[in-house]
Amino acid sequence: MTDAAKNSSFVYVTYIRTTPEKLWQALIEPEFTRQFWAATTQDCDWKVGSSWKLMIPDGRVGDAGEVLEIDPPRRLVLSWRNEFKPELKAEGFSRLTYLLEPQGEMVKLTVTHEMPHPGSEFIEKVSGGWPIILSSLKSLLETGESLEATRRWPEGV
Amino acid sequence: MPDFKPRTVYVTYIASTPEKVWQALTSSEFTRKYFWDRDIEIEPKLGGAFALKLPDGKVNVNGKVIGWDPPRKLSVTWKVEWPEDFRKLPECVVTYEIAKAGEAVRLTMTESHSWNVPEAILSGGRMGWPAILSSLKSLLETGHVPAIQMEPPREMIEAIKKL
Repeated sequence: MTDAAKNSSFVYVTYIRTTPEKLWQALIEPEFTRQFWAATTQDCDWKVGSSWKLMIPDGRVGDAGEVLEIDPPRRLVLSWRNEFKPELKAEGFSRLTYLLEPQGEMVKLTVTHEMPHPGSEFIEKVSGGWPIILSSLKSLLETGESLEATRRWPEGV
Repeated sequence: MPDFKPRTVYVTYIASTPEKVWQALTSSEFTRKYFWDRDIEIEPKLGGAFALKLPDGKVNVNGKVIGWDPPRKLSVTWKVEWPEDFRKLPECVVTYEIAKAGEAVRLTMTESHSWNVPEAILSGGRMGWPAILSSLKSLLETGHVPAIQMEPPREMIEAIKKL
């Protein structure tokens, strides 16, 4: 349970008709992330301690951090700081956890994004973004097509 | 009416139209498939009766329509009648908002409460809504609804016993 007085956090759960292996692949490989995650890709060699970067298609680094825990295809924990908006970067590092749990023909995906201080604007911003990204990921894995709005980086951002 | 405050919000984006999402929310043909076999009965007007019923006819949830604006907004009061212990829970309000978002539809579910509801009781909805609305999305996008087995969380049942 989150202590709202000390932390800011966002939790999103979705159930996807796929396998943990395919979902893991979709979460890290560029040919998938480009389709459901606003044309971004991740620079990382996916080992504990590796640096992690979320790359914007124009070459800017969107967010950066490192791999804190990795247990494919079950659990991935990243430290995560925004890099392209000074006021968000100033908040420092957040913690992002992906948890993949098979349930029958579905996989339950839980995404938890936490910041160790209350009233985080960064967490408020990502709370607005995760639902469409994860909805699009579900569409991509279940239908072969991501949601149209998530296939490109938003203009002017 | 007392003041109901939003306590649980779930947002999903569906490749569909507002009209189809509205239909899926308000007709038994759909709810039976994504809402654990429940039929919906809803009078299409403000103040109309609303119920979710189990396959054996037992009433699971009872309420009233307090917001009716197809295909944009549906709001109902939500009193759990079954399981029996859950009758102790004060009614809450469930609101669905539907908006076009590019070529998709954004569906927002908000569960609002008029009392200082413990987190343990909120855990039921926080576990259930993602499963229900993920199933609704799969149904509209693929025509197929995978089964998700679920029981109310232990902590919720314990918290209700203490009410």
